[in-house]
Amino acid sequence: MSQVHNVIIIGGGPAGLTAAIYAARANVGPVIIEGYAAGGQLMITTEVENYPGFPEGIQGPELMQMFRGQAERFGAKLITADVTRVDLSSRPFGVWTDADELRAHSLIISTGASARWLGLDSETRLRGFGVSSCATCDGFFFRDRELVVVGGGDTAMEEALFLARIASKVTVVHRRDEFRASRIMADRVLGHPKIAVRWNAEVQQVIGDGVVDGVEVRDAVTGAVEVIPAAAVFVAIGHDPNTELFVDELDLDPSGYILTDGTRTSVEGVFACGDVQDTVYRQAITAAASGCMAAIDSERWLEAALHQASTSGQHA
Amino acid sequence: MADVLEITADNFQAVVLESERPVLVDFWAEWCGPCRIIAPVVEQIASERADSLVVGKLDVDKHGPIAARYGVQGIPFLGLFEHGKLTRQAVGAMPKAQLEKQLGLAS
Repeated sequence: MSQVHNVIIIGGGPAGLTAAIYAARANVGPVIIEGYAAGGQLMITTEVENYPGFPEGIQGPELMQMFRGQAERFGAKLITADVTRVDLSSRPFGVWTDADELRAHSLIISTGASARWLGLDSETRLRGFGVSSCATCDGFFFRDRELVVVGGGDTAMEEALFLARIASKVTVVHRRDEFRASRIMADRVLGHPKIAVRWNAEVQQVIGDGVVDGVEVRDAVTGAVEVIPAAAVFVAIGHDPNTELFVDELDLDPSGYILTDGTRTSVEGVFACGDVQDTVYRQAITAAASGCMAAIDSERWLEAALHQASTSGQHA
Repeated sequence: MADVLEITADNFQAVVLESERPVLVDFWAEWCGPCRIIAPVVEQIASERADSLVVGKLDVDKHGPIAARYGVQGIPFLGLFEHGKLTRQAVGAMPKAQLEKQLGLAS
C-alpha cells in the first residue's frame, strides 16, 4: 500500500485552504486535493467587500491566492487533480484521482457548491449560446441587448445590476411575488430604471434555435404563458452542494448537503466544512471558520485514534 | 513543454486556419473567473499533447470580431479547429476529462 497520510483535504476553496493552514501549522502534514475548480466560488466573483481585514475590498481570486500561499508556506502539499472516487468504509480511507490512489487516516471534505441550473433541455442545448450562469463573464457579448435574469436571491440581484450597465433592458424573472435577496440589493434592483421584474413567473423553456431568442414563462397565478424576448438568459437560482462522490458513503440531507455535528460527519474520522455542509450562511468567512474547526477536530481525533492504536499495539 | 500560443487578429489565419495539426483555441478574457479556472487545464492539455495539437488562447476583449465570427457568446469557449474549420467546442469551466471528452480528444 502507498504511504498513509494523516489527513487529506478534498476541495481548495476558503474552507479547505483554511483547514490546510491549520493542519499544516499543527504538523499534521495535510495533503489538499484542489480539484479543477481550485479556489472555489471566489474564483468567479470579482470584488469581495465583506471579508474582514480588507477595508477597501479585494478581488476573489487574489484572496484565494493569498490563502493558498499561506497554506503552502506551512508545508501543506497541494495536488491539482479531480477526485473520482472515495472509499470511506475501509481504514485507512481511500481517495482516487485520475492518476493516483491515496490513503489517509482522516478526511476533511470541503468540496463546496456549484451554481444550480433550471434543468431544462432547452437550457442545456443553449448553454454558452445565450444561456449562462456568469454575468461578469458573458454579459460582454450582449451589449445593448435585452436580457433576462432568473432568480430572486442576492446573486440574481448582483447579476441584474451588473447586466443593467451593459444591456438595453434587463428583466428579472422570479417565481415568487417577493425577493429573498437582502433588502439593500432588492431595493437597488427595484429602483433601477433599466430593470423590470416579472413576478410569479416560472420558466418553461428557453426559446431559440442556435442562439437564445427569449424565455417562455408561465404565470403561477393566472396560468398565462408568454415569451419574454431576450438575447441571453442568466440563471441565478441558487447552488447545489458538490456531494456526488459521497452519496453512498455519508449521511446527506434531502438537498444533498453533508449532515454534520460540528464538523463531524456520519463516518468517524471524516469531517466536513464550508458550503458542502452549510445550508444557512454560505459566506467566505464562515467557510474559512468551519475549515479551521474541521482541522482542529480532525487533529484531535487523529491524536486520540493514533494514541489508542499505539497503546493497543503494546498490549498485543 | 509546449507553450500556449498567444493568438491575435494578426496571426489567427496562419496559426489557426492554416495549421496542418488541429488547433485548440481558448477564447478568454481577463475579467472572466471561470477562464482562470480552465487556464491550467488548457496548459496541461498543451503539454501532454504537444506532438499532436497546437494550443492557443485568444483574448475576446482585444479580438472581439474573431469571437463574434464563431458565435462565441460565453467564455471560456474552447474551440477545436481542424483544417481551418471549427469542428468541436466546449463552453464553461469543467474538469479536464470532461473537456477532453467534449472536444473529442482521444485519451
